[in-house]
Amino acid sequence: MTATTHEVGHHDEPTGFTRWLFTTNHKDIGTLYLLFSLTMFFVGGAMAMVIRAELFQPGLQVVDPYFFNQMTTMHALVMIFGAVMPAFVGLANWMIPLMVGGPDMALPRMNNWSFWILPFAFAILLSTLFMPGGAPAGGWTLYPPLVLQMGTAFPFVIFAIHLMGISSIMGAINVIATIFNMRAPTMTLMKMPLFVWTWLITAYLLIAVMPVLAGAVTMLLTDQYFGTSFFNAAGGGDPVMFQHIFWFFGHPEVYIMILPAFGIVSQIIPTFARKPLFGYASMVYATASIAFLSFIVWAHHMFTVGMPLAGELFFMYATMLIAVPTGVKVFNWVATMWRGAMTFETPMLFALAFVVLFTIGGFSGLMLAIAPADFQYHDTYFVVAHFHYVLVTGAVFAIIAGVYYWLPKWTGHMYSEALGKAHFWLSTIFVNVLFFPQHFLGLAGMPRRIPDYAVQFTDWNMISSIGGFGFGLSQLLFLYLIIQSIRGTRNATAQVWEGAKGLEWEVPSPAPHHTFDTPPVVK
Amino acid sequence: MAEAQSGYYVPHGSHWPIIGSVGLSSGVIGAAGYLQGMDWGVYVMAIGIAITLYMVFGWFGTVIRESVAGYYNDKVDLSFRWGMIWFIFSEVMFFAAFFGALFYARVLSVPWLSGEDPLTSRYIWDGIMLNWPTAGPGNAALEFEPMGAWPLPTINTLILLTSGLTITIAHHALKAAERVKLVVFMWATVLLGLVFLSFQAYEYYEAYAHLNLTLGTGIYGSTFFMLTGFHGMHVMLGTIMLIVITLRCMAGHFSADNHFGFEAVAWYWHFVDVVWLGLYVFVYII
Repeated sequence: MTATTHEVGHHDEPTGFTRWLFTTNHKDIGTLYLLFSLTMFFVGGAMAMVIRAELFQPGLQVVDPYFFNQMTTMHALVMIFGAVMPAFVGLANWMIPLMVGGPDMALPRMNNWSFWILPFAFAILLSTLFMPGGAPAGGWTLYPPLVLQMGTAFPFVIFAIHLMGISSIMGAINVIATIFNMRAPTMTLMKMPLFVWTWLITAYLLIAVMPVLAGAVTMLLTDQYFGTSFFNAAGGGDPVMFQHIFWFFGHPEVYIMILPAFGIVSQIIPTFARKPLFGYASMVYATASIAFLSFIVWAHHMFTVGMPLAGELFFMYATMLIAVPTGVKVFNWVATMWRGAMTFETPMLFALAFVVLFTIGGFSGLMLAIAPADFQYHDTYFVVAHFHYVLVTGAVFAIIAGVYYWLPKWTGHMYSEALGKAHFWLSTIFVNVLFFPQHFLGLAGMPRRIPDYAVQFTDWNMISSIGGFGFGLSQLLFLYLIIQSIRGTRNATAQVWEGAKGLEWEVPSPAPHHTFDTPPVVK
Repeated sequence: MAEAQSGYYVPHGSHWPIIGSVGLSSGVIGAAGYLQGMDWGVYVMAIGIAITLYMVFGWFGTVIRESVAGYYNDKVDLSFRWGMIWFIFSEVMFFAAFFGALFYARVLSVPWLSGEDPLTSRYIWDGIMLNWPTAGPGNAALEFEPMGAWPLPTINTLILLTSGLTITIAHHALKAAERVKLVVFMWATVLLGLVFLSFQAYEYYEAYAHLNLTLGTGIYGSTFFMLTGFHGMHVMLGTIMLIVITLRCMAGHFSADNHFGFEAVAWYWHFVDVVWLGLYVFVYII
């Protein structure tokens, strides 16, 4: 055994800074991911506040337009790759081994690496704000030729995206290996909690599309520095080709950000409705169908770019098809609650808001899927309203619900239920004040990614900004409740919630550093 | 000290990942600085690469020592298998992006520019006619010759296919515990990989020196060099992996029923082989 004594040479739990730096424990790594995500949530949120401050009234008053564009681009990159995706990976790290009864993630060292690439990647990305020419400002979609006009930041942004991709791919491989190989022997696939199922499918999406994004940004890099002509019509290339490759990544990417959210909500609703999930098998098949469809709908992001009519029609119908499995899911959530013994603790409130508000985002998505109508909506605030309903009241609300649901399991302490409810009501009211008027703005023709606007858009923009500031400030309460739970005094029981079922509720709260050294038996 | 939990080996902390992160990020910061013409770029990149190599040696060294010491049971072995399979799949998808670019250009965008879609050609380059291989409408005066499928690419195809055969013979020898045959056929595979790489290098030299075919030769040059170039990098990586595994075979690290490291590299080598077949058909022949 002397061969490995240079690793960490003691038996007891490691402490101090190196514990976090060298850790191979899935709970430690899950915590790191979640804290990183929380930090990025506030960084990206601060950028959103700048955007809403500038849009509070017409004219240019708070920041200069070029900086405004940097804010819209960076807000998206930080929230997608820094806040939402790492939050889900953090939840996967913490919960999947507990839920399937495994001792840890399958590949623990690689697990550490998946996380520890991220702080470096984001240090590089955020440092571009201080470079000559500033941060990327042409939108997170990085369309050429505009993106090639970026200043010094250009190659730094490209490489930061490469690093994030490496991190995501390793994280996804780990999830797949864990789910297939670390389950307790009696935990068959169709007994797995839905959060595990949705993550398994998400992991496949990640492995399939993150390399395609890497390829796309590599082509941007070689077009800029090595004389290639992938996206240059003079050389026989085509800038629209970038959009196709990018959205082949980009559309599965939006499902990467929502499938685990479906999983979380499917855990929470049965707990507080005190009924098993309605239609478990159909939930699994619906998730898989959504994942499959996500690969054949990408060009609905590009209806106005110029495509053969057959393409417009194919992508329109394929996109509308997604409403079918999504409808199955919404139906099942509602049917789970039907005649259940419902209580409305904080996680349940966020999960319920998810079901209602995500569905609104789904409906506006259906409107956008109609190609001829999309010619009107494209690049307006209607699109902004749509994807914020699915990403904020969808993905982010599910993450918050999941945090409130599992926080006592992680820390061993309860948080204040009254303040949790206050956080819910403030968030839910303000988020609708923030995003609902953007539907009206978009339908009236206000373009996105513009720092100034015509005066007739003023009223709804002011209301939207007030909602934005309120929503932003409300999240400080979330931060306070997390700290309260970490430092708290009210101990949580192992089961935490009266109706909670599953392996994660059979270990003590807080979950010990090592769990399921011997596999549990699943009934 | 490591601990085994229900037989599953969970390492108790490792400093290699964080070293890898420092290495990778300084490598890309250096590369980005270099691309932007900073003097420090190339040095920082070199330091980053050195740190990354140190990490690779250290990390794999640790894993090899643990493997030889017998820490890894069948279940750990299976985790490694799942990991390697899906890593290779992610590599396939990386190549898919570049194949996608090739197909899109050949099947859609170049014909559109050439008048198949009347509006595109009228508004962008009226009257232009392009035939694949093309350097694009802006390079109409550029004279170049495309890379033919004969002789080098065809010979290279045979070389890679043969190497797939030799590594399989080596695998059977390993399972039959015939050490000498194993080592001989492993070195044969390495040699075939090296010959492939030298032919590829010669082909690039020919392209630049005599065919006037470069990265700047429009969409044809872009797709040709990026596809074959990334493939060549993977062959290089695969050859290095083969050399390491051959040395490990000689050191007696593998037994007839426990040799995941060998199989992982064999899978990788077959993947490189299959990608080449795609290249041979779509880049050289069609």
